Amino acid sequence: MIPSRILLPLIWLPSLVLFWSCSEKNKENTSLLPADQISYNFHIRPILSDKCFACHGPDANKREANLRLDQEESAFAALKDSPGKFALVAGKPLQSEVYHRITSTDPNEMMPPPTSNLALSASEIELIKRWIEQGAVYEPHWAFTRIEKPKVPEEEWGNHEIDRFVGLKMKEKGLAPNPDASSSELIKRVSLDLTGLPPSLELLNKYSGFKGQYSYEKLIDELLASPSFGEKMAILWLDIARYSDSYGYQDDNVRTQWPYRDWVIHAFNKNLPYDQFLTWQLAGDLLPNPNKEQLLATAFNRNHKYTEEGGVIEEEYRIEYVLDKTNTFSKGILGITMECAQCHDHKYDPVSQKEYYELFAFFNTSLEKGFEGDVSVSKPAKTPILWVDRQDLDGILKFINHQDTSSLSISVMGEMEEKRTTYILNRGAYDAPTLPVEPGTPASLLSFPASFEKNRLGLAQWTTHRDNPLTSRVFVNLIWQEIFGRGIVKSAGDFGMQGDLPTHPELLNWLAADFMENGWNVKRLLKQILSSATYKQSAAITSQHLEIDPDNLYLARAPRLRLPAENIQDLVWYSSGLLNKDIGGPSVKPYQPSGLWEAATSGRGVLATYVQDSGSKLYRRGIYNFIKLTVPPPKAILFDSSNRDRCELTRNRTNTPLQALVMMNDPMVLEASRVLSTQLTQKYKDPSQAIAEAFKRIVCRDLKNKEKDLLMAYYEAELSHYQAMPQEAALALEVGEYPIDPKAITPQNAALMQVIVSLYNLEETITKS
Amino acid sequence: MEKEIFEQGLNHNRRKFLSRLSLGIGSVALGSLLIPDLFSGKQETEDALMRALPHFAPKAKRIIYLFQNGAPSQLETFDYKPLLRTNFGQDLPESIRMGQRLTGMTAGQDAFPLVGSYFEFNQYGQSRAWISSLFPHLSTVVDDLCIIKSMHTEAINHDPALTFFQTGAQVGNRPSMGSWLSYGLGSENENLPAFCVLLSRGKGNGQGVYSKLWSSGFLDARHQGVQFSNSEDPVLYLSDPKGMSKDQRRRMLDQVSAMNELSYQEFNDPQITTKVQQYEMAYRMQTAVPEITDVSKEPDSIVKLYGPDCLVPGTYAANCLLARKLSENGVRFVQLYHQGWDTHDNLPNQMIGQAKDVDQASAALITDLKQRGLLDETLVIWGGEFGRTNYCQGKIAPENYGRDHHPRAFSIFMAGGGVKSGIVYGETDDFGYNILENPVHVHDFQATVLNLMGIDHEKLVYKHLGRRYRLTDVHGKVVSDIIA
Repeated sequence: MIPSRILLPLIWLPSLVLFWSCSEKNKENTSLLPADQISYNFHIRPILSDKCFACHGPDANKREANLRLDQEESAFAALKDSPGKFALVAGKPLQSEVYHRITSTDPNEMMPPPTSNLALSASEIELIKRWIEQGAVYEPHWAFTRIEKPKVPEEEWGNHEIDRFVGLKMKEKGLAPNPDASSSELIKRVSLDLTGLPPSLELLNKYSGFKGQYSYEKLIDELLASPSFGEKMAILWLDIARYSDSYGYQDDNVRTQWPYRDWVIHAFNKNLPYDQFLTWQLAGDLLPNPNKEQLLATAFNRNHKYTEEGGVIEEEYRIEYVLDKTNTFSKGILGITMECAQCHDHKYDPVSQKEYYELFAFFNTSLEKGFEGDVSVSKPAKTPILWVDRQDLDGILKFINHQDTSSLSISVMGEMEEKRTTYILNRGAYDAPTLPVEPGTPASLLSFPASFEKNRLGLAQWTTHRDNPLTSRVFVNLIWQEIFGRGIVKSAGDFGMQGDLPTHPELLNWLAADFMENGWNVKRLLKQILSSATYKQSAAITSQHLEIDPDNLYLARAPRLRLPAENIQDLVWYSSGLLNKDIGGPSVKPYQPSGLWEAATSGRGVLATYVQDSGSKLYRRGIYNFIKLTVPPPKAILFDSSNRDRCELTRNRTNTPLQALVMMNDPMVLEASRVLSTQLTQKYKDPSQAIAEAFKRIVCRDLKNKEKDLLMAYYEAELSHYQAMPQEAALALEVGEYPIDPKAITPQNAALMQVIVSLYNLEETITKS
Repeated sequence: MEKEIFEQGLNHNRRKFLSRLSLGIGSVALGSLLIPDLFSGKQETEDALMRALPHFAPKAKRIIYLFQNGAPSQLETFDYKPLLRTNFGQDLPESIRMGQRLTGMTAGQDAFPLVGSYFEFNQYGQSRAWISSLFPHLSTVVDDLCIIKSMHTEAINHDPALTFFQTGAQVGNRPSMGSWLSYGLGSENENLPAFCVLLSRGKGNGQGVYSKLWSSGFLDARHQGVQFSNSEDPVLYLSDPKGMSKDQRRRMLDQVSAMNELSYQEFNDPQITTKVQQYEMAYRMQTAVPEITDVSKEPDSIVKLYGPDCLVPGTYAANCLLARKLSENGVRFVQLYHQGWDTHDNLPNQMIGQAKDVDQASAALITDLKQRGLLDETLVIWGGEFGRTNYCQGKIAPENYGRDHHPRAFSIFMAGGGVKSGIVYGETDDFGYNILENPVHVHDFQATVLNLMGIDHEKLVYKHLGRRYRLTDVHGKVVSDIIA
């Protein structure tokens, strides 16, 4: 027997509702003083939702004993199956059947029942007891309540509101903020966050020490204005929009959705307000007199997979496409995973199956088909199609980087004249329609105003309505996740009952309200976060950090985060001077190990074999790599990119030996190293100067003495190796397509090249810290 | 033991710190020997207890899954239906079809003429199992096989059906069976991935495979299947660049490590230490993998057993041999895919070619494992994503016909790893259309496979975005009748 005291690691939580925030619920159990108020939202609902709602929650078909615990009224009602008994009696745990059952050891009585494989911990039982003692007060789910702007706490630390919230939480946890990071660290950090590129030498020098007119604020403004900003931000959105360059499914032929990708970049660069950004994508075609840019934006809903397998049942796939649109909308924009309700009432969130199909109905009246022929008649876009000609490319669609004279076709949205009726589908099966439904939104979130049209435009208005509890919270949280590596709500795609709780609930509300008050201005939001003292802290980790806050939930230090796959590619090409800075255009096929597409193809379609590009196309940014859904770019997958099969909001950040193999042996890294070493060998007679410059380009700071010694010793060792075997130098330097001057084939160049490869392999190089 | 587990849970923060140091493939094994959850620092103590793996003594330690992609016909392989020959050309009776849905390939046909196997069947072994003349080698190991004739699935198109078999759901980004096992049991060899994937293709009508099939889904990327290739590198980016000696590689690793150590002194970030360890693991893989993939040292007897194709990289035979080598070196799950079984037309010819690719090597793998004493602990699975119709698609002649997709009844076999040997399980009707007894749904199959590995399929769970996921979704019943 373990004394229960030990099971409750001690965390004292002085304030009321908002104090607790461990987003990995229940793991850090709480120990409370008798006077502490138990919160339904933050203590009780996570337990009930996780352990009880599956049988005593929203799903009417699976409800046991007619008992529903997710709603106050029914939880307090007399138990239908046990006359005279009550699940909950306010203030009286011993008279509450709930408490009796969760403490029972009788297999016939105990809850959750042994067959569920679920169990309550001692601390969870204690919390429920205390909650009942205090009156068993229910609260609406925090994320489904209107976003109110809270008062900013009075704290001394920091530059502005964000810091007050973060500072208060730190203090509660017994943490103190780190000092500011150095200027070179900050320049690299801001540059990666706003452009996805490391800073150039010029930028590092110009802003070094943030002196005179070259202030930190000016740096942010300069980078926000850079066209690379849109390329950085677009990656996040393309994961949500499950963008790819092929149709997926077995034959996986090519499609032309890349003009949509160019639009996303353009929209971020021109700082299209987020509410409009959403409206155009959801319903650009339904706006009054839509222009072609607004039509193009609706490709968002056409990026999912399309089958070209002969013999499919058309309606089965048409329904599948509508499901994907519905799920992408709910997960990517509302941060609610609703797909459970496709087959049955949601088990945890108050979304009924009927409500799911009401939402589905918005997307069920587009002109598209379930099947337009097999791969032998495949076209780059499917009905309805937006045609783009030269006049558009010279005009409103100037941002599409289309170099040749052919016209472009893109799959977009278009509405049927005569609308199809939507039915609830029994168990989600396309061939099992039951009752007809009208378009509508889940009542528990925000009722659909009668004045809105029941179409996608109305849905967009509902989504961006000031009273919508989710849209702004979810987006602000996503941006926070981009910057700090994890959202204020860790489960960025699940703000529902089973999602993680916010670490800083008031800050989230404040940011979300402020974002809407200021016109859904994305660049402003980023500048706000990047200007905070919270953001500017150093990333050094102390033993106190590891003791109190190993996951850095409370941000008493800047996070250290490995770069996303695309930005690793960007960093390598950029620092070597090879990066091709073109924006947009058809996706490119860079170096890739041979045979990958060929081994997995059906043999049909133009993507059966991988035809690598050459010349300047090899040196594009990672966002432009061709994404074939069945065989996504291998390096991207090794570095945790989305495979774009579904809408995703969060990438993992793993650290594996396969990644080490990429950094050591990928021709991209080797060619970049060779080209940079050739350039620096020619520029400097003294290898130590060449190394210093390479280091600054790649690691983005000045070399320290100890590092210099190590690197010089390594250089000398490599140099004597190549001097002894000059033919090996030629072999090492013969990598990549970029031409090499035969005179540059020297042991010195080969040795410097190895030094540079080693620099690309440093942990610090591909880490934002 | 319980006390120990709790105490580990209490050292949570410290352990989480440690877990950051142990994210590698090798460390999975270490972690899973103890309590995987505590090491990943992701779940609750009680979940860790619930999932303490294996849940019971495993019968199999490793799996080799020979996936026959495109769906081989059961009617030309293991499910002998003489009636289809007798009734050649007659329409499938509605009393048998019972309005079941058809794919768009044959839904428009005026008639559904029955067609029997072009190939003869005979009975073999003590089990007297019927096997067609396509499989002369497999028929010699029939007493090692557990043939299931009553498989059924829900999907009728290749992509969803394959995805269903491998991930338990027809659509979506769920972890593959191999990823679940890597997650649950880890690897037995710290120099090799726990989950390896080998691809080959026959001359028959191919349907493609997708890396999604060996994706780790929402599980950590270290559980994703590592695709071995038959091109320059058996594992992507494994080989050092041209002109780089082993000494140089070592020197670079030492250099990078020394520099990273300076960085660690500044930032104290455990991730830096992990990184150094991952580089060391990569270095070990550079030695271990080529040793295993090199078949040139295999004795003649082995080459003879698998057939000469086993020396041709990328063939099914070579992959079977490689699968044995990976498996005997502790790889938890080796997944092969052999494409080309989608015989909508010209079935007899296509089947001859496909069978020639796989018959000898499949039988050899079983024999080889057996002679090494490994068959008892290695589960071999052979089968496709669904079956084929008993009626003809397109033009019909006794020696030339095609078959459409049929999800309602098809055959697979398993061998070794704790399944009963020399049995035939399940029965279909005389038309080979419906299952008469002992139906095995895909989820039942998955539950059974996990059971053989010592895992309760209802307890191998992962909570993602608010929902607990399982390989068997919310279904699946262990088919205890076939467990030895």
